[in-house]
Amino acid sequence: MRPEAFGALLYHFGTRKLSFLKNRTILAVVQSLADHPDVRAACRAAGVEDSRQGPYLHALGVLAGSNMLVPADAKEAA
Amino acid sequence: MTSAVPRLVEQFEHGLDAPICLTWELTYACNLACVHCLSSSGKRDPGELSTQDCKDIIDELERMQVFYVNVGGGEPTVRPDFWELVDYATAHHVGVKFSTNGVRITPEVATRLAASDYVDVQISLDGATAEVNDAVRGPGSYAMAVRALENLAAAGFSDAKISVVVTRQNVDQLDEFASLASRYGATLRITRLRPSGRGADVWDDLHPTADQQVQLYQWLVAKGERVLTGDSFFHLSGLGEPGALAGLNMCGAGRVVCLIDPVGDVYACPFAIHDRFLAGNILSDGGFDKVWKDAPLFRELREPQSAGACGSCGHYDSCRGGCMAAKFFTGLPMDGPDPECVQGYGTPALAAERDKPRPSGDHSHGRRRSGPVPLTLSPHPPTPPQRLCNESPV
Repeated sequence: MRPEAFGALLYHFGTRKLSFLKNRTILAVVQSLADHPDVRAACRAAGVEDSRQGPYLHALGVLAGSNMLVPADAKEAA
Repeated sequence: MTSAVPRLVEQFEHGLDAPICLTWELTYACNLACVHCLSSSGKRDPGELSTQDCKDIIDELERMQVFYVNVGGGEPTVRPDFWELVDYATAHHVGVKFSTNGVRITPEVATRLAASDYVDVQISLDGATAEVNDAVRGPGSYAMAVRALENLAAAGFSDAKISVVVTRQNVDQLDEFASLASRYGATLRITRLRPSGRGADVWDDLHPTADQQVQLYQWLVAKGERVLTGDSFFHLSGLGEPGALAGLNMCGAGRVVCLIDPVGDVYACPFAIHDRFLAGNILSDGGFDKVWKDAPLFRELREPQSAGACGSCGHYDSCRGGCMAAKFFTGLPMDGPDPECVQGYGTPALAAERDKPRPSGDHSHGRRRSGPVPLTLSPHPPTPPQRLCNESPV
């Protein structure tokens, strides 16, 4: 993951897929995921209230669907 | 979040902290002498980067988080340190996609490649038949490429790429290329012919006609879902709805991509090896990071560009005036239509008086052709001799 002024670029070396984070808030959420028990807590910590989390949860779902995000224990096992 | 939207394209036009990827021509040496070679390759340049220079650049690319490099040439695999550099890059988190004519893809090399998860191989082929291919790439080049594909498939290397430059002579073979790719478990990659390097000499005869541009667009929309294009056909996007062509569809020169040449010169893009687009040199200008961030040329390219003569065209938002290099090398103004403008504005521009720029570098074997190029697709003229070992490329 490479932070950029607009958000960040993500590249998966296995799938060769390039993804984008389109603002700095979602970047902060992604960077802090490992420090929180779940994504809602990570969103809250980045200042995104529960009622505004829809787009963020959707984006995280897309990233997980393309293996750009993987469960922490899977990562440790790899 | 995973697809590009116009707002993101606008962000990209202001430039990134580092390229997403870049093209790195490792050597000007080549065993072939393709008539349309972008880099006018043939003979090695005596000033080519040493192994250590290359490793230092890879270290810098790793620090900048450049995700991958498209390695080419020349024929990059003729460098004696080629595999050492590939291994060094992948060990340093810089992915490698390399383009080759297949000359060194022996069964042994194919086995070795099959064992790596981080290397992509692109075999260049400009005809789905030997007749069409060899007229452009030289006698025996079709057989050499197919042998490489066979060796890769036999070794279990999955998903090689067949890399095709679309020309007037092969545009009718797109389905055949797709079949060829599926026969070898490969992916088809098609890109636009540019009038760069020796391509300037043959572009008039090789570039697809206006009708063929439409044919190509329709083929891409209908069958292009699994076909890679390097986003190179954005000049066609005015032919249909925005988003019909996959990819960013913008000119990334000096903004999201660039080119490093064999002597460490940095150019705005792989199709722009000319002094006009030279940003600096990695060895003499303080490293790649500095050139990328501070070169006056790159800073200029990241400023808003003038639509010029295209300003009043309703399609400017989709094609953005087309390809800078295509305009420059055909002698058209930079703020005017692309020579292959799908609205037809390129045709009168090409018919008008124009000065094509003189090439600023040439590594061709022997003398460059001048005058019209014979493009009959039957037996190739026997000269110059093309046997691989007539002249050591290294």
